[in-house]
Amino acid sequence: MNEKPEPLLRAEDIHISFGGLKALDGVSLEIYPGELMAIIGPNGAGKTTMLNILNGFYKPDKGRIIFEGKERPRHMKPNHVAAQGIARTFQNLALFTGMSVLGNIMIGRTMMMHSNLFSQALYWRFSQKEEIEHREAVEKIIDFLQIENIRKTPASMLPYGLRKRVELARALASEPKLLLLDEPMAGMNLEEKEDIARFVLDANEELGYTIALIEHDMGVVMDICDRIVVLDFGKKIAEGTPEEIKANPEVIRAYLGTAGG
Amino acid sequence: MFYRECGNFKDSYASDMAIFPIPLDRWGFTVMLFLAFVVIPLFASEYLITNIIIPFYCFALSAFGLNILAGYAGQISIGHAAFMAVGAYSSFILYGRYGIPLIPSILGAGVVTAAVGTFFGLPSLRIKGFYLAIATLASQFIIEWVIVHVEWISGGVFGTIQAPEMYIFGWPINTAVRKYFLALCMMVVFMTFGKNLVRGQMGRNWMAIRDIDYAAEIIGVNLYRDKLIAFAVSTFYAGIAGALLCFCYVGAANIEEFNVMTSFALMGMIIIGGLGTVLGSFFGAGFFVTLPILINHSLAAFMDVVPSDILSNIEAIIFGGLIVLFLIVEPYGMARLWHTIKDKLRLWPFPY
Repeated sequence: MNEKPEPLLRAEDIHISFGGLKALDGVSLEIYPGELMAIIGPNGAGKTTMLNILNGFYKPDKGRIIFEGKERPRHMKPNHVAAQGIARTFQNLALFTGMSVLGNIMIGRTMMMHSNLFSQALYWRFSQKEEIEHREAVEKIIDFLQIENIRKTPASMLPYGLRKRVELARALASEPKLLLLDEPMAGMNLEEKEDIARFVLDANEELGYTIALIEHDMGVVMDICDRIVVLDFGKKIAEGTPEEIKANPEVIRAYLGTAGG
Repeated sequence: MFYRECGNFKDSYASDMAIFPIPLDRWGFTVMLFLAFVVIPLFASEYLITNIIIPFYCFALSAFGLNILAGYAGQISIGHAAFMAVGAYSSFILYGRYGIPLIPSILGAGVVTAAVGTFFGLPSLRIKGFYLAIATLASQFIIEWVIVHVEWISGGVFGTIQAPEMYIFGWPINTAVRKYFLALCMMVVFMTFGKNLVRGQMGRNWMAIRDIDYAAEIIGVNLYRDKLIAFAVSTFYAGIAGALLCFCYVGAANIEEFNVMTSFALMGMIIIGGLGTVLGSFFGAGFFVTLPILINHSLAAFMDVVPSDILSNIEAIIFGGLIVLFLIVEPYGMARLWHTIKDKLRLWPFPY
């Protein structure tokens, strides 16, 4: 990958600190269109903080974020970042438990629905047509993630593995240009991990989504990702293909560990 | 057995997304409408209509308004009766003082209330939970004070305006049944609108804000806008309900009707009835409007034996006890109880 295209997102020299703790200290990274990239690192390395900055949840103390060639204004609200086309899932589930699975996924399309309050109140013509249109799109995602049988179940009644999948569905429903996944496979058994890995790969390859994910399971990361960025104590220590990362002495010292050591 | 969901195949998303996707529910609803539009006006006594059913409709509408705010959007307001007062006074002023036709006055009162409500909803952009509750409690006292002390609104320190004669297109609304129809039609129309709102995109946005606000924001919900819309819609309903209550039941706009106890009663209605349900608003309003009267009537038998002051205390004790009982039996409200009953009826009487 020598001739790289223009990155979809470029974060330059990101600094952020919480009190005295420098969570991120001059990290730069690029995400290229169409790739499946992973951010790895030990606990407390600043991976989730990075994601939070990328989708506008935290404001960096210093640094720039350029998305699709345009620099993001410093105080952009998360919902405007979402409108630019960045979606994410959360490490500790953030499903809307008071709603059904369908409702949760329909929320993902909130930015694409434009009927106003009055037409929604009347539920007439335009509003109903729009609702049905988006329902069809949502059904495609439900089909893609194989959760047809639970579409009317309240989210609060789902087991953990399915909740993660519904959250992925919600993020996919917004048809993002960049999808950020925060530990999509944490706390799952092997079978569930394989399922999610399959879905992530399919979303990347079949549907063409650009995906950046955080994951601790090195087996999965090395298998499915095109490119890996390694963070440690708020600094980027390595970047490259899985093979390069596996061989990088710095990464082995900080994170992977040596066999038998 | 008695509640059947099976054998009901949907072949379009429209039919799957209908308000009542199950035929049995549709029939039930039709029967309710028939009762409300035909049976009650024909057979109910004037006392029943004026003193129980009209306030029941008005409070159901108002409780639903509060339910939009507290049950759907998760923003607590314990000053909601004050917004009903705003609706009542502004409708009387619009209709009585400026001669705007009746229905537009009531709608206008809703709009005025929505504006006031949006203003008092502004703290919700910064605070939530208990803190917001206290901020909205302030709205109760501020509005009460303004209504009582600004003469232009209340016409004096008593804060009462008598209801003007009501006409719709020159047709006098002077009998109990006509007032009943006015309240009923407004209630049905706005309940339908509200139901459409809460099952549509706006309702989903509200529920997302209620459940996890940061996740809602990250998926693209505009928190500020949608919270304020929740306040506006909710207080619009309160305004309409307040106007109807004064036009059709009280016959005067009186600030005493809308004191802080009424606010608490509204809060009680949606908690007893069921937060975040339309049905719950009716159950809750029914509970709070009819039960005290029922208790009162059933205690009347003891009139001769027990002194009346003790009797009225017993009334309050029984009512309070029933609230506690209902909350213990079903903490999620009567609407949930209703669903449990439906679940049971699916198999009953052959549960195996």
